[in-house]
Amino acid sequence: MLIKIPRKSDCTSAQVTPEHLYLSRRHMLGGALAGLAVAAMPRLGAAAEASRYADAEPGKAPGWFSDKLGATRWQAVTTQGEAITPFKDATHYNNFYEFGPDKGDPAANASTLSTEPWSVVVDGEVGKPGRYALEDFVKPYQLEERIYRLRCVEAWSMVIPWLGFPLAEVLKQVEPTSKARYVRFETLQDPKSMPGQRSGFALIDWPYVEGLRLDEAMNPLAILAVGMYGRELANQNGAPLRLVVPWKYGFKSIKSIVRISLVAEQPATTWQGLAPDEYGFYANVNPTVDHPRWTQARERRLPSGLFSPNVRETQMFNGYADEVASLYSGLDLRKNY
Amino acid sequence: MRYPWLRLAIFMTGCLVPAWWLYQAASGLLDPDPGKVLVDRLGLGALVFLLITLSMTPLQRLSGWPGWIVVRRQLGLWCFAYIVLHLASYIVFVLGLDWGQLGVELRKRPYIIVGALGFLGLLALAVTSNRYSQKRLGARWKKLHRLVYGVLGLGLLHFLWIVRSDLREWAVYAAVGGMLMLLRVPQVARRIPRLGRQGRVR
Repeated sequence: MLIKIPRKSDCTSAQVTPEHLYLSRRHMLGGALAGLAVAAMPRLGAAAEASRYADAEPGKAPGWFSDKLGATRWQAVTTQGEAITPFKDATHYNNFYEFGPDKGDPAANASTLSTEPWSVVVDGEVGKPGRYALEDFVKPYQLEERIYRLRCVEAWSMVIPWLGFPLAEVLKQVEPTSKARYVRFETLQDPKSMPGQRSGFALIDWPYVEGLRLDEAMNPLAILAVGMYGRELANQNGAPLRLVVPWKYGFKSIKSIVRISLVAEQPATTWQGLAPDEYGFYANVNPTVDHPRWTQARERRLPSGLFSPNVRETQMFNGYADEVASLYSGLDLRKNY
Repeated sequence: MRYPWLRLAIFMTGCLVPAWWLYQAASGLLDPDPGKVLVDRLGLGALVFLLITLSMTPLQRLSGWPGWIVVRRQLGLWCFAYIVLHLASYIVFVLGLDWGQLGVELRKRPYIIVGALGFLGLLALAVTSNRYSQKRLGARWKKLHRLVYGVLGLGLLHFLWIVRSDLREWAVYAAVGGMLMLLRVPQVARRIPRLGRQGRVR
């Protein structure tokens, strides 16, 4: 017998939009005939999908992405009563130090990043190591839309609709050996296209490395994302492939991944190596453990107006405690921050 | 009053720059986190005014033109004004007027403590910047105002401890500050060539 226990973050059936309303939503936008004409043209059809988020700029989606978009499970996970961050803010207020230290630098500089062709190396303690072209790497998985809170360690936060697939499915596919206990991720290192990696003043030892415990990586909330706001990822958001672990501070969600390794030992991660007293390996969102330089009890939900600051209490595990708290039972989260 | 137009120009610049920032913030140009941007810009603006203030004496020595020294006090006061605005906007936009949290930050965060000490130093200098204090303090006034070198050090340390990953911007300000301090070492100061005809004013 299957007993389904609803999680707190699940939608109840009363919140589900009735199907006839859902199906009729496009008639609101410009008439059935125009809709038919648009649907007949595959490129424009992709653009129509992007209009789910009216403020999102259409991108230049690679073919494999447009092909997968049609079968997407929209709104597979949602946040209740929390507005989605405007597309402009999610794409113009970023930390991606490969493209510069200021929040606007990634949007200004990331156009130099070439995401096609892209390949991902899977190695270490796996039964099926290899180098995969990105389109082959993502082929087996159905895209899901996951609307997640994103809490940066700098005490600001956003709500972002990602498009991706569970990391667990990828890990099952590559068959970790019995020695595998951690997953290590690596970002592209390419000083030619990444000005931050050319800076002589950068304190970061490139390439950027992040990691998860294997059981964390297998948690259904952890995804590999290839899109956002109904379109492919913008370069500054970590195109073409990034991690999203919503119960951890944003820096754990590594961008522009080129290597995924299963390893026996806890990997040395970038921020932990740079300032171990400020950034731990776990980096779970935790309002009771301060960053040495600022409090983590509250966050500015962006956009936050000058005279109407949008400050809210930070939630344990960024509000995903029901799903992930059990991963850390018996672990002292003050020591393992 | 000598050089009234120069004084007025500096005064207008000092007023208009933060007014322009406030206008930008109010009209959404600094979104999505305008409060944080204002705090950062005001802090950096104060540092710039401090460095300009400290370059007046070496420039006067170099050129012999007395105008540099005439505007030095006003520039120093602008540095103080920007720090007051920096602090006020930190308390309003970052702490959300949570005074209890300010107490916690003042006890726990080294960069806040260093910044607060720098503010107290500037406060002492601003309060004694008038002619009455100069007369009253006599020779001690000059000694007291050497505190500005300490304030520069505290300001740069405060800035350094905010840096997360890239030292380039900080290094530029620190290099300028370091050079201005070097020019005050007596052995170096004596060798600054006099380009102008007039001698020293003070």
